[in-house]
Amino acid sequence: MSKNLQVKVWRGKEAGDFVSYEVPRHESQTVLDVVTHIQRHLEPSLAYRFACRVGMCGSCAMTVNGQARWTCRTHVAKVASNDQLEIAPLSHLPVIKDLVTDMREFFDKWHRAQGYFQGSRSRHDEFAAVKPDSAERRAANAGIECIGCGVCYASCDVVSWRPDYLGPAALNRSWTLINDVRDTQQQDRMRAVAGDAGCHSCHTTGSCTERCPKHISPTAAIAGLKRVTARAAVRGKL
Amino acid sequence: MKRRNDQRARAHAVYWAFLTHRLSGLALALFLPFHFWALGQALHGAAGLDRFLQLTDHPLFKTAEWGLAILLSLHLAGGVRLLLIEFGDSGGLRKDWIAIAAGFATVAGLAFGLSLLQ
Amino acid sequence: MTESTLSLAIAQARRWYWQRISAMVLAICALIHLAGMIWAVRGGLSAAEILGRTQGNWGFASFYALFVLACAIHVPIGLHNVLTEWTALSEQTSLRLSRLFGLFLLFFGLRAVFAVVAP
Repeated sequence: MSKNLQVKVWRGKEAGDFVSYEVPRHESQTVLDVVTHIQRHLEPSLAYRFACRVGMCGSCAMTVNGQARWTCRTHVAKVASNDQLEIAPLSHLPVIKDLVTDMREFFDKWHRAQGYFQGSRSRHDEFAAVKPDSAERRAANAGIECIGCGVCYASCDVVSWRPDYLGPAALNRSWTLINDVRDTQQQDRMRAVAGDAGCHSCHTTGSCTERCPKHISPTAAIAGLKRVTARAAVRGKL
Repeated sequence: MKRRNDQRARAHAVYWAFLTHRLSGLALALFLPFHFWALGQALHGAAGLDRFLQLTDHPLFKTAEWGLAILLSLHLAGGVRLLLIEFGDSGGLRKDWIAIAAGFATVAGLAFGLSLLQ
Repeated sequence: MTESTLSLAIAQARRWYWQRISAMVLAICALIHLAGMIWAVRGGLSAAEILGRTQGNWGFASFYALFVLACAIHVPIGLHNVLTEWTALSEQTSLRLSRLFGLFLLFFGLRAVFAVVAP
């Protein structure tokens, strides 16, 4: 293992350029360690996001050597061939500065996909009884661990081809709620996710499932949405 | 102008399956009008059709036919994979079907190639 | 959600559905066609051989008419997606172009079936 890494880091906004830095290489070093070193010792004006630094919050997601990843969970040894690293902000989002993106459109689309729960009971009512091994609950459970890191959104080509496309995370969340038997706004939700801005534009390119750090499969969730909404559309129930 | 990905983000099997499916579909779509026109030559009787068939008696043409048969097989098997993903229950991305599609296209290509050479 | 956005979404969902239904029909038709091609191409093609099989063959005509119809439904929907996503054409223009292409396929396809089947 050589002493130093040659690291190219994106500086600027959408218009900008890669700037090169030389960073000392260590055992068990993560890409987040590298970015932190640059900001602390080489370039104090570098802007980047992180929080937990242990793979729980998703804040540190960036594009590393062309692929969206959590930088705190990406070991340099795994991705730096020839001691080279290229670090850029997540794709498909406006860039605030350097490695920091504006996540508002990502969360707006989450809302537009009706990715929020609405029930009919209050705390004065009995608990809803939901069997954990029912087909719906198992389908919902497969997708509820999403923490909204944006890696799937940044990896999806359809997001770049169709500006209106809600994207894998929003649709995945919607699918978990379609399968929530307590939710009372299912027709609104189906309307929100049907069509080319919704699930029907997914072409199963699979990058979301390939890159999701929580090993969720938005592709499977979206396939479920396609079935449910097309059935409703053809039966005039949408 | 938001930042976009390059080929490094697309370097995985499921993406190649998508690209193969889309490109083969486009090629077949563009080929169909020629195919229908060619067969339509039979409106001029057997002589009309034979005139056209003589043109196709060229190695370049035969290679194109062979290529199209492979594209059809790839699009067909890839399409079955998509139908399984979208209408079947849990089965994930059916990566086994990517291999099946490649295998099917290889076999079909070999069979068609052999038939052409007979 | 406005009325027009909803009706647009429903139309798009229906297109997805019909593309998949026609795909199921095409899977069977294309498989049979592929097998037929591999068999028929042996020893070269001649008009006499081809027309000998197809002329007056109404079973053949129904099969290939169905094949053409399924293509005319399936191809435009895929083409529409590709034009919208990979070219600068608007949604409306690409929809019109692909529908036009579909009608073209339907007409020339049925004409081709007639050409080889009509005695």
